[in-house]
Amino acid sequence: MATGQALHGAGGKVANFGIIAAFAAFAAFPFAWMLITTFKRTGDLLDPNHNPFLYSQPPTLENLRVLFNDTLFVRWAGNTMFIGVLVVLITLLIAVPAGYSLARLTGAIGEQLGVAMFLTYLVPPTILFIPLSRVVSILHLQDSPWALVLVYPSFTIPFCTWLMMGFFKVIPKDVEEAAMIDGLSRFGAFVRVILPMSIAGLLTVVIFTFTLVLQEFVYALTFISSAKNFTVSVGVPSFLVRGDVYFWGSLMAACFIASVPIAFLYNLFVDRFIAGFTVGAVKG
Amino acid sequence: MATVETKNIRKVFQEHTAVDGVDLQTREGEFLVLLGPSGCGKTTLLRMIAGLERQTSGDILIGGRVVNEMPPRERKIAMVFQSYALYPHMTVAKNIAFPLKAQGAEPKTIDARVKTAASMFGIERLLQRKPRQLSGGERQRVALARAMVREPDVFLLDEPLSNLDAKLRHMARDELQQFQRRLKTTTVYVTHDQVEAMGLGDRIAVMSAGKVRQLGRPQEVYDDPADTFVAGFLGSPPMQFFENDGALVGFRAENLLPKAVYSSNEPLVSFWYRVTRVEDLGADRLLYGSLRDLAPDTKMIVNLPSTIHVPLTPGEAYEFACKVNDLKFFDPKTGLRIPSRPLRGKA
Repeated sequence: MATGQALHGAGGKVANFGIIAAFAAFAAFPFAWMLITTFKRTGDLLDPNHNPFLYSQPPTLENLRVLFNDTLFVRWAGNTMFIGVLVVLITLLIAVPAGYSLARLTGAIGEQLGVAMFLTYLVPPTILFIPLSRVVSILHLQDSPWALVLVYPSFTIPFCTWLMMGFFKVIPKDVEEAAMIDGLSRFGAFVRVILPMSIAGLLTVVIFTFTLVLQEFVYALTFISSAKNFTVSVGVPSFLVRGDVYFWGSLMAACFIASVPIAFLYNLFVDRFIAGFTVGAVKG
Repeated sequence: MATVETKNIRKVFQEHTAVDGVDLQTREGEFLVLLGPSGCGKTTLLRMIAGLERQTSGDILIGGRVVNEMPPRERKIAMVFQSYALYPHMTVAKNIAFPLKAQGAEPKTIDARVKTAASMFGIERLLQRKPRQLSGGERQRVALARAMVREPDVFLLDEPLSNLDAKLRHMARDELQQFQRRLKTTTVYVTHDQVEAMGLGDRIAVMSAGKVRQLGRPQEVYDDPADTFVAGFLGSPPMQFFENDGALVGFRAENLLPKAVYSSNEPLVSFWYRVTRVEDLGADRLLYGSLRDLAPDTKMIVNLPSTIHVPLTPGEAYEFACKVNDLKFFDPKTGLRIPSRPLRGKA
């Protein structure tokens, strides 16, 4: 009996491990593919007789050279970073207090407002782009990264406000009232007690917003026209796909370099990130 | 030290009046209990004293000063919540230090005071733990330590024992009272538990429907209830009533005893009590039955201590009696106490 259980336990472990390994391989596959392709010669890559996972010809740094020397990749990465950081800051600055106010101070109206805000998120960007392009042109922000700094918060803020609202709602009121009795103002209690208790929410906002900036394509393509102002998501396909010629190696290198920091960030905070999206689903 | 006073205080939530013109004044260093069923306005009253809720009208005075316009942090109060409301992201030490830090106290002072508070509640070994690693009783002590650490003028306690199991509650009640007696800080304590109220309070304010029905020492409130609500709310089983000659007559279950156990020279009122059922609870015997001649249709419970060995058989009527002073008379319309009078009818 005991042996049977032990076998069963061992079998279970192997099965668990197998499933996890399969998922890990599935998740890691795009990264491996990108990394392999980055160092492949074009001839090696395009020959259908070659195994795509192995190097039939010696690896090369040529693709990286093309990416860094023949395109403005570094500049695009810089633009993306600049826009990303600003959009994250703006979103935090507005969505966090807004979420708190909706959760705490407006009673039943807060709930409805929160839902209404979330609904705006359902309007597709391709439609919103028409009025927004008017706004951008009135403000003379065409072909400027500032156009994106202005536009992106219009869809990060509603979602993040709604997200933060969920977070603040599950924090017991007693805790901030205790802080107010213990000597803080409401704002003080918010900063020193509520925010530290909402780290998971704040991280979720940061990662969500930054990822959105990194991958957004439609606005970046329409509002920015000169190469030096492109973000990675527009610059890379514009310059590394010429007609029907794909610079696969350099494309993959660009994607790898752009996605690794976000993947790393996700991994670091994955638990809290999941907590961020499931908060309120289960009463904590 | 300070007193707390409320003057004709009212709180109206939309249509509902939660607190309806309450006048209360604590004494210096007193332990005042606000007792009442849930929804009677006791917690709202406490929250208004704390400044967490703004009164619709009336004044609140702490230490003789009107504090209507003061935010909670300026009222020199400390509050213990039913949920304890510890800061979950801070260690116990940081929780206790929090009010001092918020005041901008010196790190040295903070350290010393945190240690004193922790040793007072026997929680020194928990200082580096987070609240989630503590049991209910430990959390309650941390909440109390955090409340006393900055030496407030007034303690406000909102059902701090209700989350503890029955055994722990007994001990915690005892500790709480000792601690309050030692510090001599004026305390307002909210509870719906009459045993807690009787055991802890110097005085009890019994509340119902937003009003204070009676304010007095525990024994006073128990023995001399001002109205039928107070009489019916305190005591287990509560005071029981029967109608007689246009008045409601009430007595406590433990005050009606077989006539034979009284000495002969006491002024007594006697009744024929028909026993229908006997429940033996060990320390007591609970009798279910009715007053045969005065109120045959009203169920009456009698609580006999196990020291009284009179044999009682269900179905039989026995002569019971209570002291004249133990019968309380109330106006059946208003529910208020009226002067005692002789019972009419065959007793």
